[in-house]
Amino acid sequence: MKSSLTIHKVIVGLLVIYLLIPLVGTFLFSIAGKWDHTILPESYTMKWYIELFQDERFYDAFRRTLFLIVMSVGLSVVIMLPTIFIITVYFSKWEGLLQAVAMLPYGIPPIVGAVGLIKVYSDGPIQIAGTPWILIGAYFITILPFMYQGIRNSLRTLNAVQLVDAAELLGATKFQAFRTVVFPNIISGILVSTLLSVALLFSEFAFANLLVGGRFETLQIYLADKLNSSGHLTSAIVITYYSMILLLTGTVLKLTFRNEKYPVVSNKKRILSFFRKQYSHKNTTLEGEK
Amino acid sequence: MRKIKKQKIYLLALLLPFIMFVIGFEIGPLVAMIKNSFYADNGIQVTINQYITIFKSKFYLQAIQNSLVISLFSAVVSVIIAVIAAYSITKFSQKIQNRILMITNMTSNFEGIPLSFSYIILLGNNGLFTLLFSKIGWDVFADFNLYSWTGLILVYVYFQIPLAVMLIYPSYQGIKKQWKEASSLLGGSTSSFWLHIGIPVLLPSIVGTFSILFANAMGAYATAYALVGSNYNLLSLQIASLVASDVALKPQLGSALGVLLAATMIGAMWFNGRMMRRIRRDLK
Repeated sequence: MKSSLTIHKVIVGLLVIYLLIPLVGTFLFSIAGKWDHTILPESYTMKWYIELFQDERFYDAFRRTLFLIVMSVGLSVVIMLPTIFIITVYFSKWEGLLQAVAMLPYGIPPIVGAVGLIKVYSDGPIQIAGTPWILIGAYFITILPFMYQGIRNSLRTLNAVQLVDAAELLGATKFQAFRTVVFPNIISGILVSTLLSVALLFSEFAFANLLVGGRFETLQIYLADKLNSSGHLTSAIVITYYSMILLLTGTVLKLTFRNEKYPVVSNKKRILSFFRKQYSHKNTTLEGEK
Repeated sequence: MRKIKKQKIYLLALLLPFIMFVIGFEIGPLVAMIKNSFYADNGIQVTINQYITIFKSKFYLQAIQNSLVISLFSAVVSVIIAVIAAYSITKFSQKIQNRILMITNMTSNFEGIPLSFSYIILLGNNGLFTLLFSKIGWDVFADFNLYSWTGLILVYVYFQIPLAVMLIYPSYQGIKKQWKEASSLLGGSTSSFWLHIGIPVLLPSIVGTFSILFANAMGAYATAYALVGSNYNLLSLQIASLVASDVALKPQLGSALGVLLAATMIGAMWFNGRMMRRIRRDLK
């Protein structure tokens, strides 16, 4: 029994090392002074980070990425909250349609989405190809599945329909019911999917590169452009960028851990568990019909 | 009665922004892409020539084949590694399990451009390991070229493994200790337990994970773009250069390739659904 545990230790150890080596390597490279023929760097320096934080282009790129994220995630919250609320509470027969529309982007990779977006917006009445506005639209759709799931699940666990009925019976208007009863109770659920969306958009490259490219340099475009210049500087960018992602996902993990007691949740895993639920749901209805 | 109707109209009006976004950036572009794929290069004549061009062109068939092979291969390798690793993870205490899963979750966010860059500085032409190994005298990496098929596979497998582990790990929770005890009480060995009980129980989640990974690799663009640029013939890279490059724009052909890529991904999802239903029926 003991010898078998050794095997598992070896396997898990190898996995962890394999997963961490690129990160550790990049980190060491970003603080290395001279490093060409030893296992560990010969000298360490912070000059790459200093150089990075003095680079105006980096700040500009960061600001642009932030602008895109705030706009699209903000729009998504403002639009999706009332939409999902209205449909679940008042037009429940359309729930299936909403779900299909909201989950569809998950099956379409950005590379395919971009083909159609370029076609629609490069000529015709609205010519926004090459401007940040087309990215905001594209990002709105990219984060749709995550926002939809987050908001819908919060509404469901809250029993929003019954709560609104109760509030209306007591004389509240629809807006009052939403603002004072439903909204305060789903904020934390929305916060999680908001942060997940922010992390997702931080690492978005395909849309940014295909739709806008160098005309509106985001963090990822800046990084791709720097790939061929100094390796040390690029490592510093990668590490800085990755720390931000970690901070975001770390907060998400903490929040989900507190709320749901599921320690490990990622975007994609959420989606898979969603599909599973769908299938089991379909199965039961099929059997019911027999 | 009239009041309720009026209210409904107000509510419907609140749905308008959502409908506009969905039509403008989701459904509209998709329809435009499908429609555009049935036009000739000049964008006037309606034809299916774009599809004929693809299926007659060795170059584009090669791109499709390369994408399929790399996606299948990386998905199979990652699923096998994940099945073994996830099982090993379940052998540890809950606290350590959570730590390990934390690491996989962390690294699952390390993909795209940063990941490719990381591999370039480690294993590229002047990479740390490449130089180190050549100095030590190990020639395992002598013939290794990161900017090639092997390099791509290596990076694809890297970004698939954390995801695969996270997707497969939960299904091990479904295998109860009592089943093992019951099986051994009835005279079954460990291998026959896994063959007749363990693997069949895991199969739906393995198949589901496989198709997610396959789709994930088919649609991957940033990683390949950063690593091989246009030096390697992949479907996603070809579509990108046809619709948004500086030379030789052929949006209609790009649309047709886009339709084919989308069809493959929907096919993978459909296959996933079918397999799951089938496997579940067998179980009952």
